[in-house]
Amino acid sequence: MAKITLDGQVYDVDAGENLLKTCLSLGLDLPYFCWHPALGSVGACRQCAVVQYKDASDSKGRLVMACMTPVTDGLRAELEAPEAREFRASVIEFLMTSHPHDCPVCEEGGECHLQDMTVMTGHTVRHYRGRKRTHRNQYLGPFLNHEMNRCIACYRCVRYYRDYAGGQDLDVFAIRNDVYFGRFEDGVLENEFSGNLAEVCPTGVFTDKTFSAHYVRKWDLRYAPSVCAHCAVGCNTSPGERLGVLRRIINRYHGEVNGYFLCDRGRFGYGFVNGEERIRQPSLRGEPVSIEAAVAHLAGLASGRTIGIGSPRASLEANFALRALVGAENFYAGLSRAEAELVAAILDVLRRWPIRLPTVREVERADAVLVLGEDATSTAPRLALALRQAVRNQALELAQELKIPGWLDAAVREAAQGAKSPLFLASPAATRLDEVAEAVYRGAPEDIARLGFAVAHCLSPEAPGVPDLAGEDARLAETIAAALASARRPLIVSGTGCQSLEIIQAAANVALALAKRNPERSAPADAPDQSPPSAGLTETMKPVDLCYLVPECNTLGLALMDGRSVGDVFAAVQEGAADTVVVLENDLYRRADAVAVDHFLGQVKHLAVIEHTFNATAEQAELLLPSGTFAETEGTLVSLEGRAQRFYSVMPPAGEARDNWRWPAA
Amino acid sequence: MDKPLTRNIKPDLAPVTLAEYRRSGGYEGLKKAVTAMAPAEAVATVKEANLRGRGGAGFPTGVKWSLVPQAAGQKYVVVNADEMEPGTFKDRLLMEGDPHQLIEGIAIAAYAIGADTAYIFLRGEYTLAARRLEQALQEARDASLLGRNILGAEFHLDIHLHTSAGRYICGEETALLNSLEGKRANPRTKPPYPQTSGLWGRPTVVNNVETVCNVPHILREGADWYRGLSRSQDAGTKLFGVSGRVKKPGLWELPMGTPIRELIEDCAGGMQEGYTLRGFLPGGASTDFLLPEHLDLAMDFDSLQRAGSRLGTGTMIVLDDATCPVRIVLNLERFFTQESCGWCTPCRDGLPWVVEILEGILAGRGRPEDLDRLEKLAWLMGPGHTFCALAPGAAEPLQSALKYFREDFERYLPVSPALSLRGEEHRVPLLEGERRAAGG
Ligand SMILES: Cc1cc2nc3c(=O)[nH]c(=O)nc-3n(C[C@H](O)[C@H](O)[C@H](O)COP(=O)(O)O)c2cc1C
Ligand code: SF4
Ligand code: SF4
Ligand code: SF4
Ligand code: FES
Repeated sequence: MAKITLDGQVYDVDAGENLLKTCLSLGLDLPYFCWHPALGSVGACRQCAVVQYKDASDSKGRLVMACMTPVTDGLRAELEAPEAREFRASVIEFLMTSHPHDCPVCEEGGECHLQDMTVMTGHTVRHYRGRKRTHRNQYLGPFLNHEMNRCIACYRCVRYYRDYAGGQDLDVFAIRNDVYFGRFEDGVLENEFSGNLAEVCPTGVFTDKTFSAHYVRKWDLRYAPSVCAHCAVGCNTSPGERLGVLRRIINRYHGEVNGYFLCDRGRFGYGFVNGEERIRQPSLRGEPVSIEAAVAHLAGLASGRTIGIGSPRASLEANFALRALVGAENFYAGLSRAEAELVAAILDVLRRWPIRLPTVREVERADAVLVLGEDATSTAPRLALALRQAVRNQALELAQELKIPGWLDAAVREAAQGAKSPLFLASPAATRLDEVAEAVYRGAPEDIARLGFAVAHCLSPEAPGVPDLAGEDARLAETIAAALASARRPLIVSGTGCQSLEIIQAAANVALALAKRNPERSAPADAPDQSPPSAGLTETMKPVDLCYLVPECNTLGLALMDGRSVGDVFAAVQEGAADTVVVLENDLYRRADAVAVDHFLGQVKHLAVIEHTFNATAEQAELLLPSGTFAETEGTLVSLEGRAQRFYSVMPPAGEARDNWRWPAA
Repeated sequence: MDKPLTRNIKPDLAPVTLAEYRRSGGYEGLKKAVTAMAPAEAVATVKEANLRGRGGAGFPTGVKWSLVPQAAGQKYVVVNADEMEPGTFKDRLLMEGDPHQLIEGIAIAAYAIGADTAYIFLRGEYTLAARRLEQALQEARDASLLGRNILGAEFHLDIHLHTSAGRYICGEETALLNSLEGKRANPRTKPPYPQTSGLWGRPTVVNNVETVCNVPHILREGADWYRGLSRSQDAGTKLFGVSGRVKKPGLWELPMGTPIRELIEDCAGGMQEGYTLRGFLPGGASTDFLLPEHLDLAMDFDSLQRAGSRLGTGTMIVLDDATCPVRIVLNLERFFTQESCGWCTPCRDGLPWVVEILEGILAGRGRPEDLDRLEKLAWLMGPGHTFCALAPGAAEPLQSALKYFREDFERYLPVSPALSLRGEEHRVPLLEGERRAAGG
């Protein structure tokens, strides 16, 4: 703790933070550009100036940058000192000398950090009379516009893109007031998190190109708190709607999950909501019918014995409504046979083993990581970005030894150079994280599992060994085990990516071996201590962090309701258990091979499908019931960290579509 | 008078060979250090000698060395030979004329802080210095003065010569380190200082060429001798340069604290016929102007500081009465504008504005409020307001010209805006010297 005096007012604050962050946390307005809560301080823009006084007798003080000033006990500063105010207004004026002042036609207008800061500092009259410096813009692909004349050279974009997200193809070129932020040449930005540039950039240089296609001002958009439906990470989003069109998706801050960033899939993958393939009208045998007729027909179908097939991309509520309609014994989760087995195994481990599911934020704090059989960038992109940050913990520790605060970003990077915390990556094919891994293991799923079992055995002799492991692999297993054993916050990441039960088991064995090895091991500092693990485990074992990546936004939630697969449905119908099936937002052709699905559908007399977008299953429905997408309905999804999150509808479903849960509930 | 730095330098400026250097007592300082002194003693000697950095800031060299952590581990010595400051050409003489003096100094510095690797970061255009340094480095390696177990001691060192791709900002010590690492030459956050986190994150001492060249003599002759060389409280001798319309522009080694008058009148022979002295930038392009009334000041760190300027690199640029100070300032500010690294706002966007206003004034588009604007710009670019010292350096000639030569700016301002509106030309009154030169 520190007692500090700002503009004569005394505050109790955390010591060691930077003064800018502290001021903002206290609700004091201080303009800034180059500082970003996730990127730290670099002192480039000089916008956050305050006057700091040495001691009680110092009446003159000196101008310092708040973002570069550590908060210490007794610190005294004035934000409102005339010198500081004048300096801040002048910095804005500098930034404006070459700025196009094109707010009326700029897509950032209305949600522009530069606008806000300009108004805040009170700069209104332009004194510069010279010509403005101009730049050429680049084509950066389908997602982002580039309008370089609006750049204020805050360096946030390159720091985010290169240092934070690991991108290579965006950089700063040239010097003086000609610095240029772009690619070496026109071309599609390569990084899978490029969309965040639109939010990281405090001006209208990088803006969302998909939004441009149907642009409206921020204040004309309606928003709702939502959750991304594209993977199991459960990033919090803010979809924006106007006149029945979903216009864009922006990040919604959640400190434990996505923080400030989304992946490009989550940000830009919303076109289907406005798509031509949407189902807008209930239909019976291909003929449009009224909602009332559709509801009545569904009721008729469900009066006999009916099977319901749920969906891992529909909410708990929708699955529950379907289960209520058909009865629990007739409700099937509707995963593929393989996936159902895998997820059941995961649930079993999660329930009975000494494991805790870390949040995405906690993943960032891990100081040794083993990834077994996952390409996280594909299966849980935002988590892969968190793993990239975890690798930096070694650098932060080195910096701490040199008394460099973690938020002093450039200094940390210069001091620690390439120092990385160990990340071990075992996967069948190359992944984007390979470049930050200490060691990469390439092998078939069985090989990966064997490596995992060997690591577990190295950690604890009680864990079964792998006798015929090649010498090189055995050495790797030892290295991995040593790194995990000496880490304070080790983490294991695995999942369904390889469709391998052995890998899931191997990951669990590693976690258990770690837990046995160090009963005193403590969970991440600020994580709530979990209740002791059940079923035959010793009370002293502290759970170990293990992330299982599952494929869809509600896979885990659905698995908690039912474990039976489409394979089980097929068998039941084969046995004549029922001839009527209601499918909730699930294209069966993605859950089993086409021959099996065709055979199954041939046996079904009555098929009702609740769906928002046409697919091969929906096309064969006797009764087709249009539902709303994530943007048009509400519900609860359970993310891969076991977090139940509610999303809300930003607009009513178009046409005759209804909430997916409303059809079975009617 | 003792002139340790230049005593070996030949009139024809041919390089001093290793044999010649050794005959004059060369590498004796190093020998004394590595055979008879603990590293900490070498640091203490330099501290006692009160050697202050010759790169511009005047930081006490011994203190800088003593801030390097003593614990073992990779450390570096980096020699700043970027010398791109307009009007400064002192390090060039030392490197071209007596390269072994620098090498010996580096070796002692490395021994003192426990480094086994050193770099010379050399201005790219200094091709002759590059050749001579390479040759001297090879001679030293061949004579086992570099390499393993130097002079039989438990001391190993190699020195790498790195030629810069050429930017003024690379002379700023932390931008230099970034550049040496192959990164953009933006300065680094300080603290941490290079002594704790420098090249590749390791403890590093960055010293100017001239600073390092003093070290062999201090070690050989002792701290007392070194302090005794000076005419003021700042120790040793210093290379002083004079350029501009003097009779004999040049570079001389003189005791620290030599009065400016001696430098201009005795060494440089006074002003050329027909020109009078109006002022001078005492320490190079990034120091404040001083006036003839300051001629009796001693050229040392504190005297010039008290007079509102800086010793800088000690290489003076003289302003005569036929040269317009506004044009001089514009010329300098154009240089600084072009060399701004683009990292921080007041420098990146302030300097082009300064140039824009100065060009406007000279083109007859000036307005009375422009001078206040220039003053404010100089304040905005002042020390602590920017990320590194480039912009504060650029502000110095500007702010002092506005202070001392305000009428020279004012003479370009249209008498009344109405005149220029009517298309009437504003006649800029001529300077004394300009009138004479025009034969009036
Ligand atoms: C823009 C800029 C350019 C500089 N150029 C040089 C240079 O060319 N040579 C030099 O020795 N120091 C230069 N310096 C000073 C260095 O940053 C540093 O203070 C010096 O190398 C330290 O050495 P010293 O203690 O031996 O003087 C420059 C500083 C700035 C801000
Ligand atoms: S493009 Fe945007 S983020 Fe990048 S430097 Fe310019 S203003 Fe900052
Ligand atoms: S990481 Fe997953 S949840 Fe997050 S934005 Fe991307 S697809 Fe959506
Ligand atoms: S003052 Fe700022 S912009 Fe100028 S050179 Fe230094 S860091 Fe770069
Ligand atoms: S926010 Fe502090 S200098 Fe940019």
